[in-house]
Amino acid sequence: MVQTRKGSDLPTQGALPADQRDAALRIAIVDESSVRAAILEDGLREAGFTQVERIGETRNLLTRIYALDPDVILIGLENPSRDVLEQMFQMSRAVKRPVAMFVDQSDSASIQAAVDAGVSAYIVDGLKKERVTSILDLCISRFNAFARLQSELDHAKDALEERKVIDRAKGFLMKAKKLTEEQAYALLRKTAMNENKKIVEIAESVLTAAELLK
Amino acid sequence: MSERLRIGYIPLVDATTLLVAVDQGFAAAQGLDIELVREVSWSNVRDKLNIGLFDAAHLLSPVAIASSLGLGHVRVPLIVPFNLGINGNAITVSTDLFAVLSDVSDGDITDPKVSSRALARVVAERKKRGAEPLTFGMTFPFSNHNYQLRFWMAAAGLDPDEDVRLVVLPPPYMVESLASGHVDGFCVGAPWNSVAVDSGIGRILHFGCEITEHVSEKVFALREKWAGENPNILAALMRALARASEFAKDANNLSTVANIVAPRLGVVSELVVRTLTGSLKIDADGAVRHSENYIAIGGRDVNRPDAVQAAWAYAQIVRWGQAPLSQDLCARAQNVFRPGIYDAVLGSTIEPRLTGPRDGIGAFSGPDFDAHDIAGHVSAWQTKRAYRPRLSVVR
Repeated sequence: MVQTRKGSDLPTQGALPADQRDAALRIAIVDESSVRAAILEDGLREAGFTQVERIGETRNLLTRIYALDPDVILIGLENPSRDVLEQMFQMSRAVKRPVAMFVDQSDSASIQAAVDAGVSAYIVDGLKKERVTSILDLCISRFNAFARLQSELDHAKDALEERKVIDRAKGFLMKAKKLTEEQAYALLRKTAMNENKKIVEIAESVLTAAELLK
Repeated sequence: MSERLRIGYIPLVDATTLLVAVDQGFAAAQGLDIELVREVSWSNVRDKLNIGLFDAAHLLSPVAIASSLGLGHVRVPLIVPFNLGINGNAITVSTDLFAVLSDVSDGDITDPKVSSRALARVVAERKKRGAEPLTFGMTFPFSNHNYQLRFWMAAAGLDPDEDVRLVVLPPPYMVESLASGHVDGFCVGAPWNSVAVDSGIGRILHFGCEITEHVSEKVFALREKWAGENPNILAALMRALARASEFAKDANNLSTVANIVAPRLGVVSELVVRTLTGSLKIDADGAVRHSENYIAIGGRDVNRPDAVQAAWAYAQIVRWGQAPLSQDLCARAQNVFRPGIYDAVLGSTIEPRLTGPRDGIGAFSGPDFDAHDIAGHVSAWQTKRAYRPRLSVVR
């Protein structure tokens, strides 16, 4: 995270009104998760940033970034390609628009929020921090929203898996003990309560036993 | 009450002492409750250490210096009271490049003087016929991987910024990049060289210790400010690390250590054993090269920070244009490594190293390294464009 370089704003955009200046910012999103990148891109477009590009493929990453020539680069902290971006700081005289790392060290709350959300941002040297604060805030909230979605999805998947296990255990009990579906489920539930376990755990035991008895 | 600490690391074999300190109970015995946090990039480790999310970290030695000098990034003074690893890298080239190098070699290609001359011939020949320059991968701008590749190439007169391309690649992407032809070779730590060899696409050309016999590869780094405010915790940490280091060094514990390290790294323990014993398969036919110097992770000679190592790292930083040469920066770089803290806590006395090269580094080419004459070291190589940023641009 961590650095805002002091310096004047980019001269070519200085004369424009604030809203147009922001719309003119070129933003690159480096993310292997296309879903999260899409969520972020949508958010940025809704906020009026029209020049947003996604880079999903990390091969030749720097070449791609130079071709886009972005003002702001957003990248997830879990992305190993962050180290690739470090190479940009080595070449300040060789490229037209050097890129510096963003997030002012004095602004520890925003650093914390960015790290918690798992995102980091880089801006071109000389770009004022205020101009990218809204981008970073948006980025943080979208990353967090994505993480919530992801965990909900994982829960849903787990629930589905559990449902399958219970259904199979029910099927086995119905056959082996000549029970109706309701009776089979009631038996699983009662056993779970007696043993202070989850129904799915009992169902798993039933399936293990069924496997042994085959 | 035990002290809760968060320590970041990258899953590499040279994190062994740190991993053993925690997983074998040496840290708990010192009243420390350590949460080890596995990271995917050196940028993350550095940044989380810098902003205080980590209390300490397993770090590339040159990064500890770069961070303390504020190179390419915000300046956060770090200290190194304990060295975690010496050596451990290797240079691997594609089987195609190896065949070409062998064809033009004028001697034993396992000698880096011979192989670097061969590389210079290949580069000249490619230039003549207008072929794309060769591309090599390394792991970070401030790393021995970068410097060892450059040292090797430059020994035969190549300019690594002009004659080849150097690109940063995350280690897990190295092998894939070699397979796809995106790079022709790379310098990286274990286990990635072995992975390339096992998959039949690469050949280990040199161990890092054949380029420089004895270099500090990874360190245990802390913020100077934090260390100053928490001397007792620091001392407890160092005692835990020193005991873990002695444990890890004992050959009787090799399988225990490998079983601790392997799951933390996500590799099979046999690979950790091969790495720690310095016996690596170098080609697909199963030829094995062995070196006692391939990697060292335990014992006082490894763990006691050596200012000569800090000076060497700073000299490479200067040589390749990442920082200017100045007495002040050099002194600050050397002050990152703190043998004084090591001696004070662990009761060792200042005495010469028992083993290793006479100048402390043992580079395969050039004059002996003199930590007091970095200007001499840099000018000995007659770099064409010293003292300005010149890390290669990917065009």
